[in-house]
Amino acid sequence: MSRPNTVIVRYTAVNRVNHWITAICFVLMVLSGLSMFHPMLFFLSALFGGGQWTRAVHPWIGIVLLISYLGLIIQFWRENLVEREDIEWLKQAQFVITNEEENAPEVGRNNAGQKIVFWSMTFLIPVLFLSGLVIWEVYFGEATSIPVQRAAALIHSLAAVAAIIVWVVHVYAAIWVRDSMRAMTQGYVTPGWAWRHHRKWLKELASDPQSKHLIRKRP
Amino acid sequence: MSDLQSQDFIRISASTMTPPSARSHEDQVAKLIDVSRCIGCKACQAACMEWNDLRQDIGHFEGSYQNPDDLSPSVWTLMKFAEYENEQGNLEWLIRKDGCMHCADPGCLKACPAPGAIVQYANGIVDFVSDKCIGCGYCVKGCPFDIPRISKVDHKSYKCTLCSDRVSVGLEPACVKACPTGAIMFGSKADMTEWAGERIEDLKSRGFSNAGLYDPQAVGGTHVMYVLHHADRPSLYSGLPDHPQISPVVSAWKGILKPLAMIGIAAAALAGIFHGVTEGPNEVTEKDEEEGERALNETEKTP
Repeated sequence: MSRPNTVIVRYTAVNRVNHWITAICFVLMVLSGLSMFHPMLFFLSALFGGGQWTRAVHPWIGIVLLISYLGLIIQFWRENLVEREDIEWLKQAQFVITNEEENAPEVGRNNAGQKIVFWSMTFLIPVLFLSGLVIWEVYFGEATSIPVQRAAALIHSLAAVAAIIVWVVHVYAAIWVRDSMRAMTQGYVTPGWAWRHHRKWLKELASDPQSKHLIRKRP
Repeated sequence: MSDLQSQDFIRISASTMTPPSARSHEDQVAKLIDVSRCIGCKACQAACMEWNDLRQDIGHFEGSYQNPDDLSPSVWTLMKFAEYENEQGNLEWLIRKDGCMHCADPGCLKACPAPGAIVQYANGIVDFVSDKCIGCGYCVKGCPFDIPRISKVDHKSYKCTLCSDRVSVGLEPACVKACPTGAIMFGSKADMTEWAGERIEDLKSRGFSNAGLYDPQAVGGTHVMYVLHHADRPSLYSGLPDHPQISPVVSAWKGILKPLAMIGIAAAALAGIFHGVTEGPNEVTEKDEEEGERALNETEKTP
């Protein structure tokens, strides 16, 4: 394939650093959280220096995750606002899944699937944070009644499972739709990638003089 | 405490394995606390401190004989004093020795995420193995009786061991040894239940028509039982639960959710893998690149 000489900046360095802080925290939260969720996964606590360390460090990583994700919300909420065409795209999603994306409607900067990931996490991470505070034994063990703590533990687990499943979908989509990963590692996509997956975004970019700085020679 | 051999465990926290269970003829033990014979002397509290080397920090007077005011990591048993005015308008001083009930179906053990941190011996005693405890406080949420307390110093959970170390060498628990009125008895659960029956009969003959044994079946029965004069209203005794059971919330969290969550996460991952090997990657084609370049250049040329 001919290597295109022009590329489009999709994520800035700030976007990427913020994303990867969140990603690292999320993975650590999943590993430490699952070790305290299912006995068969308790061995994962060894990665954190044992059960006591896992229990102690999990909430602190959670705080970093929340702050980091707030950064992502601030940077990305606007481009994830739901529009009428998202519904249309979801209805045609079977074409996307069977790699016949050309039959699906043209997509702006984010498709409906990406928006679902964004809003799911925007809902789940604060739920996890708040329910997690209630069961943070060291500091909040006596702050709420035991029935409230029981409910919080159940909500925390349910939200965590939901978030992990959303994350699995997110990671798989990034692998499946080739060269998406590069957008989040090196920051840019090729015009062909934009044409194929986000044609409306490409057209908007091309016609908007304000966006000229986003179109660059390949680094 | 866990000096007993591992073969004596019949339940182990956070374990999916069946514990060694060949030695199945061990007698079930029980402590019987006859509330009607308790004089509130706190000898049991003192004996517990003495045997287990526990010393609670000196606190504040809370307007009650109850002292300290609550269980703590270093208060494993506590005389609870309740003043109750009965139907005749007379005061009844209901004194109950509070502490772990050693449930046959222990909520703490069910909730515990640390393998082997909570065990149940074949004789029925539920014990915390401190070196395996991670201090998460799940046992607090699992317990229907509000018993375990987490230390702020070492982040370990503590409660009455039923003197498992003494029982394992054929001694009675320290509180039983110290009780001057015979209000606390210890023996096989069958013997204690039988003895309780005699006591209840006696109480009924003396006008306590609702006297009865507190051995709540919703938690599988307990290895600490009470003889109560008002067995129809256990909550009179400083909030002893009327119908203790493992909360359905805890049962859902520690029961069905665990396998469902694992299946759900695995299904999501497998769906990805099999989509990948059947549909394959979604790759940008050469034609896409040409079209993309053209879209960019076209507009660049238009003024």
